[in-house]
Amino acid sequence: MIQEFKKVWKPYTIGMLWLLGLLWPLLGIHPDGTLTFQKTITVWSYLLAGSFVCLMIYVLKGTDSLKFIADPISRAAGNIKTTSTALPTWVWLAAGLIVALIYPQFAGRYGTDVAISVLLYICLGLGLNVVVGLAGMLDLGYIAFYGVGAYTYAILNTVYGLGFWVCLPLSALTACIAGCIVGYPTLRMRGDYLAIVTLGFGEIIRIILNNWMELTNGPNGILGIKPIGIFLPVFENGFTFEHFWMKKLQLFYYFALGLAIVAAICVHRLNFSRVGRAWESIREDETAAELMGVNTFIYKLLAYAMGAIFAGLAGAFFAARMRFVSPESFTFLESAMVLCMVVLGGMGSIPGIILGVAALIALPEIFREFESYRMLIFGATMVIMMLFRPAGLIPAKRVGTRSEEKEG
Amino acid sequence: MEYFIQQLINGITLGGMYALIALGYTMVYGVIQLINFAHGEFFAAGGYVGAIALGYFSGLGYMETHPVICLTASFAMAMAYCAYLAVGVEKIAYKPLRKESRLAALLSALGMSIFLSNGLMLTQGVYDAVYPSELFQGRFDFGMVTISYLQIMIISLTACLLVGLNLLVFKTKVGMAMRATAQDKTMSALVAIGSNRIISLTFAIGAGLACAAGIMYGLYYGSVRYDMGFVPGIKAFAAAVLGGIGNITGAMIGGLIIGMVEIFGAGYLSSEYKDVFAFIILIAVLYFKPNGIMGENIDDTRV
Repeated sequence: MIQEFKKVWKPYTIGMLWLLGLLWPLLGIHPDGTLTFQKTITVWSYLLAGSFVCLMIYVLKGTDSLKFIADPISRAAGNIKTTSTALPTWVWLAAGLIVALIYPQFAGRYGTDVAISVLLYICLGLGLNVVVGLAGMLDLGYIAFYGVGAYTYAILNTVYGLGFWVCLPLSALTACIAGCIVGYPTLRMRGDYLAIVTLGFGEIIRIILNNWMELTNGPNGILGIKPIGIFLPVFENGFTFEHFWMKKLQLFYYFALGLAIVAAICVHRLNFSRVGRAWESIREDETAAELMGVNTFIYKLLAYAMGAIFAGLAGAFFAARMRFVSPESFTFLESAMVLCMVVLGGMGSIPGIILGVAALIALPEIFREFESYRMLIFGATMVIMMLFRPAGLIPAKRVGTRSEEKEG
Repeated sequence: MEYFIQQLINGITLGGMYALIALGYTMVYGVIQLINFAHGEFFAAGGYVGAIALGYFSGLGYMETHPVICLTASFAMAMAYCAYLAVGVEKIAYKPLRKESRLAALLSALGMSIFLSNGLMLTQGVYDAVYPSELFQGRFDFGMVTISYLQIMIISLTACLLVGLNLLVFKTKVGMAMRATAQDKTMSALVAIGSNRIISLTFAIGAGLACAAGIMYGLYYGSVRYDMGFVPGIKAFAAAVLGGIGNITGAMIGGLIIGMVEIFGAGYLSSEYKDVFAFIILIAVLYFKPNGIMGENIDDTRV
């Protein structure tokens, strides 16, 4: 153990001193011409303590000194795995569904509200997963399609008075069209260029939403959007339908749940279809895919449009729930947040994304007092995941066997 | 006509700042073929450290007596700080991922960018940090055209930095090592050039230039914000792409063009959509001429 520690203490010490040097000018120099050290040292000691604990765990893990804890955990994990494989998948799915269905009966208004955002973000994350996880294209302007969907419903509802169920497919359609318009010129690029161009397009769409006063009411946003309405059959005085506004949060929760389930099923089916194989081949090696006869351009555009459709659907739900939209909700940071969820959970894996969304939406709600550290932690999570576990918390299952796995 | 010349001067001022930021993108891309997403954050951090240093000096009262020394010291401090920051960022977020897939490196860079801008927000607050405004109050008037001393200072300092960088890259041993690393890492390692050091140095120089641009931005507009690195970062990236990524002269020219387009677009077309012009140029360049105006051939896997 001492041996192991000797290896790491030097870079660790240099790193912490480096951090101190970076922190001090920001915290210790004041505009009134004074220098202080107290605050810097306090913040730094917290970081020092935290990172030292992480370092010790890392070192101990490397030397197998943590066997007394790690063994029972891995045994428990193994047990869970065997039981989970012993029972068929549908049992687990049914159990999850039942929990999701009865959840609003037990959670209060606040809990339901959080759950609705989780469900909407699951839909968004699954859509982004099609683009990033399946087709391997990094899209940083994804939230723009969410905005397009939300604004479509908002405008059609407030100006033309159309109902939610008419607008829902229209929202998906406009988002899909926006996706195709953005995708057509950009999809010849790869990797970094694609990322930054999609980022540029996302910003363009946001700027348009912000400045086109006649259509979108600019930065003030659109108020007075109607919630979802449904027709309920009424049996008094014969059989009639009565129109009913869904103002209750619980009912809205079930619609959001339905949306998330539909999205999950769609993405699952897409992943294991011919289209999904084509996407996977594009992700792994685009040139090879093209040589094998995959029409890469069409499939990439399709991935982009599919992602945009899910974002558009989620956007319409978002507008109906908030009953207010403004360009503030569709900034780059939202895109980064959705991306962070996908990366944390595992690109390409549906349970992973659900876990990632739940972790990144629900945990900040629990730790309310650390609200301002939220984006800081999101950024750090992305870096740490890439460094230590690039496949995510629940890595995606691949179709078929790969050559390197066979050898190994 | 006067309006045109006035806009031209403003465009050169802004374009010089973009050129300084774009150089960082292009140099880093040259050595490790990776777009440094966190580069805009170096620009913002530079602006902040400049504000802190200038605030400190004016708090001590040296600002009235020795303005030039204070300004030089602030620039030096902030540039050193950003170079130091950039080396740390490179060691944490880029170096371990050099062998991994490009997506992993890109995501790690993006995470670093979010982390840094929020770190700035947490330490410095969400409000604008104000620059002392008493510096460089005067201006020259030529009929309708005016040039402020500040603009002259910014343009001349930018020119000095650009010339200095050119000398460093093309005339010194270190510059030669940088160019060798950019061309072939294995070969340069065989002639005893430590690629890790050169990569760190490249990050440091790029961040120093971005930091200088950040202070100029703060002086020019009067204040800095924690999230100000984002949009200028993309515009500078557009400039780097326009000039041909990996090409230092190209980045300078590209920066000037993007600055001009933004100012003229805001002046003659629409000021609300001024941010859009740079994006449109970026997309058009990547679509029609992905090598940029001065770029070498980029192989098919990049674009």
